[in-house]
Amino acid sequence: MPDFSKKAKVTQAIPTSSMADIAFLLLVFFMVTTVFVRYRIPNIVLPNAEKIEEIKLRRHIQYLWISADRKVYVNDMQLSDVKQIATLFYDFRVANPRMIVSLKCDRRAPVGLISQALEELRKADALRINFATDKER
Amino acid sequence: MAKKASLQRRNKSNPEIPTSSMADIAFLLIVFFLVTTTMNQDKGIGMQLPPPGEEKKIQTKNICNVWVNSSGSILVNMEPVSLGNLRANLERRLGENDKLIISLKADDETEYVDFINVLDEIKLSGADKISLASPAQ
Repeated sequence: MPDFSKKAKVTQAIPTSSMADIAFLLLVFFMVTTVFVRYRIPNIVLPNAEKIEEIKLRRHIQYLWISADRKVYVNDMQLSDVKQIATLFYDFRVANPRMIVSLKCDRRAPVGLISQALEELRKADALRINFATDKER
Repeated sequence: MAKKASLQRRNKSNPEIPTSSMADIAFLLIVFFLVTTTMNQDKGIGMQLPPPGEEKKIQTKNICNVWVNSSGSILVNMEPVSLGNLRANLERRLGENDKLIISLKADDETEYVDFINVLDEIKLSGADKISLASPAQ
């Protein structure tokens, strides 16, 4: 009769020596794909839309935020007056002629203020705009 | 002599760098990148604004006025239309006249979400000539 008891001596540990390699591989992947959130303005809820496009070239984007309580921010700086938009965006446009303005407006922001902001952008010759929305669910 | 012997003993210690915690370190970094990662979130409805001062005379038959009032009700060439029927209505009008320009006019107090819903429907109807105007103009 063959001796089966010998087989039980095989080691049962999971090999962990390559765990670090796997983890570092994943780490490199996440480091390469990570994009940090550049600006965050509280209390801005974007509307949803269906026909949307992604802006691939993030480095060309400048953000214009308009909140429901009529506050206007450029990137993360609050403006005291909408009229300041023209001079600010003119400088951005000179620095980067391919600039895209991403308008991040709250759902309840008044359209009157947004069209004033658009007029200011036209004065600054910042004509490529994008109404930021979330994807319709 | 005794000192020499102790030196020899020290040389026998394991010279390898401990790698057993390497996986833990790597996973910790992965978790950090996972938490801070945001996928490309700059998406929205793209528009090209007209250069300042540019006003063209357009024949009235080639303009379709879409009005949105402060309560979100929609008028297309003075006929009330619901948001659900807007796309079909505009598609029919665009089919009749391929030079049609959709002029979107919203009241100053209209909420941005209503404006975006209408703009989204106009985009979905396949219109490529869209004008954003304030009601005063």
